[in-house]
Amino acid sequence: MKSAYTWGGIVVVVLASVVGDILMARAMKQVGDVHALWRRAGLWTVVARILGNSNFFLGLTAMGVGFFSLLFALSWGDVSLVGPAAASLTFIGNAFAARIFLHERVDRRRWIAATLVAAGVALLAG
Amino acid sequence: MTFRKYLVLAGVTVFAAAGDSMLSHGMKQTGNISLHHLQGVILAVANPWVAVGILLLLAFFASYMNALSWADLTYVLPATSLGYVLLALVAKFALHEAVSPLRWLGIALISGGVGFVAGGPALTSQEHQDEKSPSCDSAQGEPPAEGARNGAPMEQVVSGTQR
Repeated sequence: MKSAYTWGGIVVVVLASVVGDILMARAMKQVGDVHALWRRAGLWTVVARILGNSNFFLGLTAMGVGFFSLLFALSWGDVSLVGPAAASLTFIGNAFAARIFLHERVDRRRWIAATLVAAGVALLAG
Repeated sequence: MTFRKYLVLAGVTVFAAAGDSMLSHGMKQTGNISLHHLQGVILAVANPWVAVGILLLLAFFASYMNALSWADLTYVLPATSLGYVLLALVAKFALHEAVSPLRWLGIALISGGVGFVAGGPALTSQEHQDEKSPSCDSAQGEPPAEGARNGAPMEQVVSGTQR
């Protein structure tokens, strides 16, 4: 029963982190290259565009949910399971979600990279 | 990829690793925070390690958003995962913690993954959405002009008032 809670917590953490990352990536793509925009229109335009973007706030909220559910999951399960499992599953989840929702071309090179990093993170934190 | 962009990616990596380690160092000094004693949070922020850690994490977030404005999510995340390796190396050489063979294997895997993704283009999503302009191969050049982007209506209102 305890492990069901732990894995449920991990799933919530991963879902919230992936949603947060995807929304934040989408927001920044809509804002456009920050450096070019800064040089052309000034810092305040950059700030105004970011603060005027609803995806930015949705992403920030989802990241916050992910952070606090990680704290809860850590109190239910072992750090050595929850930490690595959440981090590496987030990598894999992001690769799927970026392909579907952001239309990124996740080719074989990127799949290998995401898998290697996910495995490495699991080993490092474990 | 320009030198500036590599600098931003390095910033994401270093700020995240440094911020996390300073925060955890500071939190070990201040002790546990429970939901019933939330004033502990204020005490924790007064700790210089925690304060600097928070500043570094803000710097991380700024450079992370900067990187996402010109690179794919599936590029930024693996490319900046060297921070985990950095943390392990700091643990080994600065804090003299033991790093097990399994952890060295993890370091090797992450480094390999970073090498794989760094060899490819940084941005694929824009050319995918906007296939009529093959010139926006953003691996080398600047991304397409502002007019080529189709943003949210709210963003257009904002940019309209600014000019």
